[in-house]
Amino acid sequence: MIEHLDMSLVDWSRAQFALTAIYHWIFVPLTLGLSFLIAIMETIYVRTGNEEWKRMTRFWMTLFGINFAIGIATGIILEFEFGTNWSNYSWFVGDIFGAPLAIEGILAFFLESTFVAVMFFGWNKVSKKFHLTSTWLVAVGANLSALWILVANAWMQNPVGMTFNPDTARNEMVSFWAVLFNPVAVDKFLHAIFSGFLLASIFVLGISAWFLLKKREGWMAKRSILIAAIFGLISSLTVAFTGDNSAKTIASVQPVKFAAMEAHYYGSENVGLTAFGVLKKSDQKIGEKAIMDFAFRIKIPGFLSIMTGGDVNTYVPGIKDLVYGEDDSRQILSVADKIRKGIFARNVLNDYKRALMVNDTEQIRVIKKQYFQDKKFMEENFRYFGYAFLMKPEDAVPNVSLSFYSFHLMVMLGFFFILVCSVSMFLVLKGSISKHRWFLWIALLSIPLAYIASEAGWVLAEAGRQPWIIQDLMPVTRAVSQISASSVMTTFILFAVLFTALLIAEVSIMLRQIKTGPKHQEDKL
Amino acid sequence: MTTMISYVFLQHYWWMIISLLAGLLVFLMFVQGGQSMIFSLPGNETQKRMLVNAMGRKWEFTFTTLVTFGGAFFASFPLFYATSFGGAYWVWIAILFSFIIQAIAYEYRSKPANVYGQKTFDIFLLINGTLGPFLIGTAVATFFTGSDFNLDIMNSVKWGTGWHGLEALLDPRNTALGLAVLFLARTNGLLYLLNTIDDDDLSSRSVKKLMVNAVCFLVFFLFFLVTLILSSGLTITSGAPGILVDHYKYLHNFLQMPAVLIIFLAGVIFVLTGIGITVFKGSRKGIWYAGAGTVITVFALFLVAGFNNSTFYPSVSDFRSSLTIYNASSSYFTLKTMMYVSFIIPFVIAYIWYAWKAINKRKITSGEMNEEGDLY
Repeated sequence: MIEHLDMSLVDWSRAQFALTAIYHWIFVPLTLGLSFLIAIMETIYVRTGNEEWKRMTRFWMTLFGINFAIGIATGIILEFEFGTNWSNYSWFVGDIFGAPLAIEGILAFFLESTFVAVMFFGWNKVSKKFHLTSTWLVAVGANLSALWILVANAWMQNPVGMTFNPDTARNEMVSFWAVLFNPVAVDKFLHAIFSGFLLASIFVLGISAWFLLKKREGWMAKRSILIAAIFGLISSLTVAFTGDNSAKTIASVQPVKFAAMEAHYYGSENVGLTAFGVLKKSDQKIGEKAIMDFAFRIKIPGFLSIMTGGDVNTYVPGIKDLVYGEDDSRQILSVADKIRKGIFARNVLNDYKRALMVNDTEQIRVIKKQYFQDKKFMEENFRYFGYAFLMKPEDAVPNVSLSFYSFHLMVMLGFFFILVCSVSMFLVLKGSISKHRWFLWIALLSIPLAYIASEAGWVLAEAGRQPWIIQDLMPVTRAVSQISASSVMTTFILFAVLFTALLIAEVSIMLRQIKTGPKHQEDKL
Repeated sequence: MTTMISYVFLQHYWWMIISLLAGLLVFLMFVQGGQSMIFSLPGNETQKRMLVNAMGRKWEFTFTTLVTFGGAFFASFPLFYATSFGGAYWVWIAILFSFIIQAIAYEYRSKPANVYGQKTFDIFLLINGTLGPFLIGTAVATFFTGSDFNLDIMNSVKWGTGWHGLEALLDPRNTALGLAVLFLARTNGLLYLLNTIDDDDLSSRSVKKLMVNAVCFLVFFLFFLVTLILSSGLTITSGAPGILVDHYKYLHNFLQMPAVLIIFLAGVIFVLTGIGITVFKGSRKGIWYAGAGTVITVFALFLVAGFNNSTFYPSVSDFRSSLTIYNASSSYFTLKTMMYVSFIIPFVIAYIWYAWKAINKRKITSGEMNEEGDLY
């Protein structure tokens, strides 16, 4: 099957999914964080009865609504694209992956959609407390929906809690809790939602800074800055902490991705962490891919070893070691060996399916007992099933430059945001933030940087996982739906045009609402 | 517990959940029905705004139900998800397109600086309101009429035509159900408007339009129903050859499952009652009868498609590739786990009902369109 694969189909399908995911993630993090910020503001309004807080809540709520709608629109595409463009994947893992998606709908989406109507239209229809409860429930619902999709995504990075069923030729769930508490899922969920909180905080900080620069809405802007700075600082520190945990987990379950993040090719002990670096192509190659070297690098000595194993003597394997294997003491299996094991597993499965087709009961019994019920075969061979579809060992390496830059950009900006939130909090508490116009400009210009950091995180997560759609079990080439590349190219263009047109409208509306500000808006209403 | 709940029970249970979600989705498409009349029903701009605000406060429910319907199908019958979505590509993409433009149309239409103007977003609402129900109805009709696909040894789908699902439009039975769903959505949309809006002129316009749409719905629905009970279908047998053609499969399904037949007829009667009390008695509560009837009727139709050893997604080119609730379902463990999750559904329905009532307790008036508040 793989021999007849149209690579342009795979590329267009990947491009379409990437396009949808990137657009979707422009809107989601703001929803995740702004929903809580709004809830906090409304809580203060209900507790104090001060109408200024209500005005402030409604201003941010308007921006939330503009963003929320387009987030929903792009979200539905993602869900259905698993089926339309990755149908083989949908069957292979639907037994596990589908459950979190369904739970997301039942538990989270209905909570969100039910109470968002009350939040927007219920100001004069329900009591203050019911309205406030609705606002909090929207925040909970939005973040709960993030939990389930991130659980599903984490499973793709680190498939756990399942067994392969040769009769159905798919993976089947055996432990819901193992899927839910997958270490990747825990890290990913916390890292992703807190990064959303951080982005929303930077958004509120930046827009409030703009009001102060324009000498408008001072009361609202300063209070918004205070709330966003505290919320943002807590979130940014949590993002740093969960990011560190996440890196450790990646080192353990996706070592090639981890090595690519650091452009680390040659394994050793006492490996330094690159704080900043510029890559260049070297003369050496892995297969047909040039090995990337550093044109410039600032390194923290020994820190990568400490990060992964707790001390400088920890050995961190490089990309080359992971592709070609290491000596016996390291026990790193080469990709070539994994391909052999994968092909063996695939052949056994093919034999089994053929026996099923002709109803050869004896052969079915023998293969099942000898292989699929044999723990050794499953652990030593079948876990490398996906490698059977790789053409050559070097295919197991993701795009190193993309992984490296997206990771370092995200980390650098993350530390920058800790600084922005800290300084904002300090200046607003000191009562002098309006005087520091240079800082207000920095806060305003931080808004696009927050989006860049957020997207960079997902580029790393998804591009760094390549060539796998499910780590070690299924490459993207095997997962794609059998439709013509031209069909997918057409829908890619349609989606690209539509999403871009909608984004333009969204930004335009958002800017007008911000310029109008809360006071004018209230007068108009 | 394991021994008490069989795999077959879970497969049936989850098909019932899917059927219920389908029923709720078709009912909630009254939002689309209302949108489809955005240019033809209101007599002036204020009435148009009332219509948009009446529908706009419920659009998330329809959208969420569609997403949950897809998610539940993925979780409980992943082979359908893989086969239909990956095969009938263009139909599902067209449906998705119509829903993307709906999501933002409400929020952006009346906002200043929306770049493309209010009319563009209103046209988006019209497109979603018309195409959404029609295409969903057409796609669901293939649950009975079948599609041209086959599955290989590893369950990878190969679609028989390059049209990837659009060929379904050529079968009049499919388009008849598509049009029936569209006119039902419009009928329910009008009944909902009558229940929600306090405006004499808009109400009298709605009643006039209701009669035309109800008749259209009945014509297309009866056409589909008659062709359905006269159609042959596939039935699963326990021994070889596994799948047989039954010349009156769906008639047999109705007769062999009398409870389903009763539910189905009750649903139809409820829909007709909702229309009847509105047209002949001037009642404003028709939506509750017609809405409940819609849920029940669609629920029963889905049971006819999936129960009684039927193939709920038949392949017309390779019978053995046809999908049933047995060969397309998730594993026992997943269905059982998901069953526990499904126990929360009554709680979800309860809070939706509570919030719905809270928002709807005051009818929408032309005066409200000028009051303080968030309006579309």
